[in-house]
Amino acid sequence: MGRVYVAGVGLTKVAEHWERSLENLMAEAAVAAVRDAGVSGVDAIYVGNMVGEVLQEQAHLGAIISEAIGMNGVPAFRVEASEASGAAALYSASMEIAAGRADAVLVVGGEKLSDGLAEEVESALMMGGRNDQVAAAGASFLSLNALLYRLYIRHHDSSEEEVAMFPVLSHEHAAGVPHAQYPFKITLDKVMASPYVAKPLRRFETAGIGDGAAALLLVGERLAGKLDSPKTELHIAASTDYLSPFDREDPLFFSALARAANEALRYAGIERGEIGIIELHDATSIMAALSLESSGFSGKGQAGKMAHAGEFNLNGTYPVNTFGGLKARGHPIGATAIYQVAELHLQLTNRAGKNQVDGRKAGMAQSLGGVAATAVVTVLKQA
Amino acid sequence: MRVPRYWRNLPFIYRLSGWRCVECGAFHPVKPIVCSRCRSSEFQEAELPKTGRLIAYTVLKSPPKGYEEQAPYIVGLVELDDGTRLISQIVDVSEDELKEDMRVEAVFRRLRSNDERDVIEYGYKFRPVID
Amino acid sequence: MVRVDDVAIHGYGGYIPVYRIRAVEIAKVWGTDERELPVEEKTVAGPDEDAATMSVEAARYALRRAGINPKQIGAIHVGSESKPYAVKPTGTIVAEAIGAGPKVSASDLEFACKAGTEALQFVAGLVSSGRIEYGLAIGADTAQGRPGDALEYTAASGAAAFVVGRMDERAVAAMEAWTSYVTDTPDFWRRAHERYPSHTARFTGQPAYFRHIIGAVKQLLDEDGYSLDDVDYVVFHQPNVKFPLAAAKALKIPLEKLKTGLVSGFLGNTYAACSLLGLVRVLDHAKPGERILLASYGSGAGSDAYIFRVLDGIEEKRDKAPRLDALIERKRYVSYATYARFRGKINMG
Repeated sequence: MGRVYVAGVGLTKVAEHWERSLENLMAEAAVAAVRDAGVSGVDAIYVGNMVGEVLQEQAHLGAIISEAIGMNGVPAFRVEASEASGAAALYSASMEIAAGRADAVLVVGGEKLSDGLAEEVESALMMGGRNDQVAAAGASFLSLNALLYRLYIRHHDSSEEEVAMFPVLSHEHAAGVPHAQYPFKITLDKVMASPYVAKPLRRFETAGIGDGAAALLLVGERLAGKLDSPKTELHIAASTDYLSPFDREDPLFFSALARAANEALRYAGIERGEIGIIELHDATSIMAALSLESSGFSGKGQAGKMAHAGEFNLNGTYPVNTFGGLKARGHPIGATAIYQVAELHLQLTNRAGKNQVDGRKAGMAQSLGGVAATAVVTVLKQA
Repeated sequence: MRVPRYWRNLPFIYRLSGWRCVECGAFHPVKPIVCSRCRSSEFQEAELPKTGRLIAYTVLKSPPKGYEEQAPYIVGLVELDDGTRLISQIVDVSEDELKEDMRVEAVFRRLRSNDERDVIEYGYKFRPVID
Repeated sequence: MVRVDDVAIHGYGGYIPVYRIRAVEIAKVWGTDERELPVEEKTVAGPDEDAATMSVEAARYALRRAGINPKQIGAIHVGSESKPYAVKPTGTIVAEAIGAGPKVSASDLEFACKAGTEALQFVAGLVSSGRIEYGLAIGADTAQGRPGDALEYTAASGAAAFVVGRMDERAVAAMEAWTSYVTDTPDFWRRAHERYPSHTARFTGQPAYFRHIIGAVKQLLDEDGYSLDDVDYVVFHQPNVKFPLAAAKALKIPLEKLKTGLVSGFLGNTYAACSLLGLVRVLDHAKPGERILLASYGSGAGSDAYIFRVLDGIEEKRDKAPRLDALIERKRYVSYATYARFRGKINMG
């Protein structure tokens, strides 16, 4: 298998882009990534998007994006894996390069949630669960998270104040980030005082609704040497699990994430301790805690304590969500994983601005679909 | 929901009737091709027990489409007497009366309120056991 | 009417929703004098309940008591004036939910508050004729009164279900005799696209309720050679508390015989389930050998009168499902605002 490199990134600001279409946002990110890499064309395009059929009544995003960026003729497909759709597109794209079939592949993730009403977005996101049964009960993604949260507090030596530290951390890092949806700090008191959306989960412990697109330009070894743009080495692994966390042996352990993380580290040939930055899937505070514990960066019930102790700060052991994560940078579903990897790339190529974390050689992005029924883990290493 | 999709799930959502794997005993709401637990392909029709205990619950404030008129409502994780776990609404009770491990039983209710021209969707919910 | 001695109730079940509204709470909104309230409180169906869901709950209790396989049920007839659909049977929903059918006849019956006892006649006839082994008769309603109307104090929600089969040693009550007394008396009605019924106030009394109830009871006693001394319990349709008491007085029935089956004071008028819920409560208390006289009343108008004789099977079956008193005690009071929300009285556009 050939090596895969990230050679360019492009991001739009995450926001409610009332006047712009999903296609337009994705085109902006795609063109930016192509320019950042300095390539003239690509061999294939992979698009990550989850709910375009529902909120935009639009499928066939592969061909739409190839046309939108003036690259008709290039093979282009949309890949879907719930909230991990962007990561699934990245996985597919990197396989094409690793197989030696392509030298340059463009990956674009995009989502436009603001086209839907709140209840339509809740319903659309619930498509990542088993709709015939679980959604028929009126359960939402947030209510399932709330149930996990309760079990977590009951079974582990932890507290809501500990878990609620993750949104504080994400906002801390998002402050002043140009592409972040909520680029400001919030206090733990403010998080704890925010209203419940599904007790014990509070409004400020959940990611908001936003639009955004992000793109990566991947290249193989043949092309990498010819490009001047800064590059990182990409290793990616994925795994799946029962759709409902409550069908699993231990609902509080994301075994798909554990498997994908171990595999990605093995492919990258590094130890867990060599990971210097982690981009987490903090769609909710509890998802952040469970992710860190399942992927082995924290003991069970310890993630919140470590957050309070500063271990996940920019100068901590494992800086987490260095541009704000899903909570504060924003969570435009199909684009989220691409933001995560693009941000790691900016960090490892020393282009992270005021949020630059120095001296880190590798980073990990954890992208989850549903309640971790799909887990895709990307490890980036300095090239 | 489209009528054929609702209709083909009626045995499960009306009376918790589905299929049990002959090999490992796992319950499946719809007859699978292979068992997701053990990959065997022999199943027997089975009805789940109608009673169980409430493991965890939450009150949902921002409902999905079609459930707006019922919100806020309680969503619970129920473990039935055979160990099968279900996500269900918990009804006829207020949040402050709920307790972990509370005995609950299946009831038959309207699931979602929709357009007057649409079919009415019915199915199971759970309530505290009435002795 | 020929006296029958081969048909019996094998299982019965009553269901009422958990919610109640006190009459004084309604009176606060409309300014009615507390001394004029027809009942103490009434049941209120939850936002996710309707005649079909309550029918299923009552039917499940009845089946538990009957202890039969639902596949043995050959007919399901549901009497209701608040069918969830204008066109689409409630009986099929009940059949699927309890696991009966597809070899089953099913239909919905409408005769205002006596549709439930009408259903009982239907299935008893099918059993008696040997067409089916068991039949399920249900009366269920989520009755609605126009806000501010006198009916709003009483129009309530509930369901009662009965599994009827051939007489055997496991049966809970023999259906000894029944009769119907029907005339065209328009005291109460609801036209096809109207939401709330119209009624004729005092005309619903003497020429309607009393004439038919008393007529049916006398007809039954005359035809079948019973005397009121033969019955231990009497259950009348109870649109309020006053009417059944007055009917009993007119027939010289001691209050004692009426008390057990008089539930409207705390349940309200559950329409098609109304007199049948009274019967359910009596069955919860009666001893083998005792006789029950039941007379329903349905506006429009008519009355079905029945004589039941309680059998030995009652003792073993009574507690296979919760007694009605357990459901009566299980209650949560709601405000008028919540009641208005639950029963769709708030215009959501």
